[in-house]
Amino acid sequence: MMQPGFTDPVLDGQSVFRAVLEATSRPGRVQEISAGLTPPAPLHPATAAVLLTLADTETPVFSDAGAAAAEWLRFHAGCPLVAAPATAAFLLATGAPPALEEIDLGSDEAPQEGATLVLQVASLAEGGALRLSGPGIEHEHGLHVEGLPQGFLAARAALAPLYPRGLDIILCAGTRVAALPRTTIVTALPRTTTVMEG
Amino acid sequence: MAYVAVKGGERAIGNAHAWLEETRRGDPSLPALSVAQIEAQMGLAVDRVMAEGACHDRGLAALAIKQAQGDLIEAAFLLRAYRTTLPRFGHALPLETGAMRIRRRVSATYKDLPGGQVLGPTYDYTHRLLDFALAAEGAPPPPPAPQAEAPQEHAPHVTELLAREGLMAREAEARGEPADLTRAPLAFPASRAARLQNLARGDEGFLLGLGYSTQRGYGNSHPFVGEIRQGSVTVCLMPPELGFEIEIGEIDVTECQMVNQFHGSKAEPPQFTRGYGLALGRGERKAMAMALVDRALMAGDLGEERTAPAQDEEFVLLHSDNVEATGFVEHLKLPHYVDFQSELEVVRRMRATAEAALRAIAEPAREEEVAE
Amino acid sequence: MSHEPGSPFGGYNFAYLDENTKRMIRRALLKAVAIPGHQVPFGAREMPLPYGWGTGGIQVTAAILGPRDVLKVIDQGADDTTNAVSIRRFFSRVAGVRGTTRTAEATIIQTRHRIPETPLTEAQTLVYQVPMPEPLFRLEPRLAETRRMHALADYGLMHVKLYEDIARHGHVSTAYSYPVMVGGRYLMSPSPIPAFDNPKMHRMPALQLFGAGREKKIYAVPPYTEVRSLDFEDHPFRPHRADGCCALCGSTTSYLDEVLTDDRGGRMFVCSDTDYCEERQEAAATAAPASTTPAPETEGVA
Repeated sequence: MMQPGFTDPVLDGQSVFRAVLEATSRPGRVQEISAGLTPPAPLHPATAAVLLTLADTETPVFSDAGAAAAEWLRFHAGCPLVAAPATAAFLLATGAPPALEEIDLGSDEAPQEGATLVLQVASLAEGGALRLSGPGIEHEHGLHVEGLPQGFLAARAALAPLYPRGLDIILCAGTRVAALPRTTIVTALPRTTTVMEG
Repeated sequence: MAYVAVKGGERAIGNAHAWLEETRRGDPSLPALSVAQIEAQMGLAVDRVMAEGACHDRGLAALAIKQAQGDLIEAAFLLRAYRTTLPRFGHALPLETGAMRIRRRVSATYKDLPGGQVLGPTYDYTHRLLDFALAAEGAPPPPPAPQAEAPQEHAPHVTELLAREGLMAREAEARGEPADLTRAPLAFPASRAARLQNLARGDEGFLLGLGYSTQRGYGNSHPFVGEIRQGSVTVCLMPPELGFEIEIGEIDVTECQMVNQFHGSKAEPPQFTRGYGLALGRGERKAMAMALVDRALMAGDLGEERTAPAQDEEFVLLHSDNVEATGFVEHLKLPHYVDFQSELEVVRRMRATAEAALRAIAEPAREEEVAE
Repeated sequence: MSHEPGSPFGGYNFAYLDENTKRMIRRALLKAVAIPGHQVPFGAREMPLPYGWGTGGIQVTAAILGPRDVLKVIDQGADDTTNAVSIRRFFSRVAGVRGTTRTAEATIIQTRHRIPETPLTEAQTLVYQVPMPEPLFRLEPRLAETRRMHALADYGLMHVKLYEDIARHGHVSTAYSYPVMVGGRYLMSPSPIPAFDNPKMHRMPALQLFGAGREKKIYAVPPYTEVRSLDFEDHPFRPHRADGCCALCGSTTSYLDEVLTDDRGGRMFVCSDTDYCEERQEAAATAAPASTTPAPETEGVA
């Protein structure tokens, strides 16, 4: 049987959107999502809630999450699922995402057409070895991400010179969400360093 | 005091609405107009509101006219604001205007043609003398107009007849889902479909003025009315889940195809080109003006020089919508005193600078005079 | 759907817009935040209020608003100007949301032409109503051309305009909608706020969202983002206000409205931000209960 979607599509969609907006506005701040979804594996509640909130018939979605998740998304969000990453407005990655050069980064005239990557990771917490700076961040935010694909941050950093073209990332884990918009600069501190949180 | 006058907005709005409602109804000793009366007897106003309100519903358009006291732009706005709340089911298939049930059809390019000339219910040859008989109460309705005997024969488009001779290029058939201005904003350069959609919703007066300008040398146009036709057409939809066409109803439209001479370019031989106009309901002036403007906007595609306002795509398409235009023009009556204050300060400062500069020039001169 | 006719929202969806429209606007908002200062085109809907009267701001507010939000709407800095009242009534009718006039209480502030005097916090979002989002439109009205200029960050035209102003008048003649550079990349119109308010945008803790309904554009400034008013080394940007103090609360730092009191040149100045002014008056009354608010000072021509 198909797992249900939002209990209240209007108010659940609103509260999840505000969490994503807050996460995007303050990169590295972790937002809690409480929409109470029980999506099919391997989707986490946060991942499913973000897609249900943002994707619809007008946004092609690329997914690596398998048939059950794809069927659930198609049914509840109504979004077309595409096989080519370059044609997707949203890319859902539960494992290693498609090579970043295969993703639509928008153009200098229409950078907003750059895709959004919804990247599901094992866990998310504020204050960690990733040091974030850029718009939305007063001084520096620390972020702890477990399960980030190998080499992902380096590949992302390589896109920075293309700005304003770029890729925006929403990280999801369990019921938590954080975002790395294209403007955020991420540096990884060596794990041995003790960091004082401010 | 002036400062207090801009306060108390809540009560002012409530009172203004009550006064507006009283004014709208007018003298209560006179019977109220019914929506059905407006629909039946103010039909051309209803049609204009449907066209500019981009919603084919005569009853709602009549209601909007009643609510707006006959202000047709306000009525179009009411209809648009309603329309935008309706769910979108899909897009209609292209209207087969060649198969129109014709009420009126005239061609200026041929004396006679298949399907014939049908004058129809037009003001064209009326003498514009006020008919005081209409002012009399309780006049009997006019007798029914004589009916044509023969059933209507097939009336192919004039432009199609020209195309068969190779004298007019056929338009390429658009594929895929057409642009929808109500869902995605215009981008430039715009597709012809997006342009036509914009013009079809556009203000009749604006298009009329622009079309007129192309006849007076602002744009290189040599238009002939290939044909104007007015009547009803069937609207069909192809729901993807069905995979075949279904008829969903019938609407009245006015279509105008202007034929324009074209000297040819490197890619195209000399031939005729077409300016296209279509309006919901009976909107002949609108359809004609639209056809002139459509042709003028094709200048770029045809390699003609773009020099006139009517040929300037951004200028035309971004200023054609009367709901947008009226909102922005009329917003100037909202309070702007904060910005005005900042301008006051700047003008005072610039004056002070200018006056100081003048004094600096004048004073040494006076000293010199004294010295002499 | 869960909000049928007979619902508290007069037969319309919560916050008026249908969910597809909200999603479209929400996607545009996220991209706008991700590319600070860049104008994102969006499929603005016809609203039941006229274009040019705040439909962009209203659509942005409607797309973000939730039942727990507290909404403040100001026009010219005041909560009770007619259009602010009309917009607040609209949201109370279609979203049942709580309104406030207190800046500090609001979670969302929709504004036309002002930034409140009270500094905004991380818990707040400021939504601007924008008539003309394109900062270059007086210099280049063609959108295809300005889009290219933004793509190339080619803003020489604007610098030349400001420089010519200085050469001719000794001052920049732009008093409101004074252009800003956002995040060192995009030239942006701050909407027609007086230039006095521009510095408040710089590294503001609150999220700033801009909606232009008729022009169908959305843009944003994330919190703590650099917002610089254009200037020159030898002519640094200086925010100006009327040289006076508020006749009601005595403020010498707030932005002032000039009020004509008679036809013989009599005038007085009062705070444009009505909430700021009232709070100061209340604070003064509490601090010195015996004294009353300062008497309005009027200056006339002798």
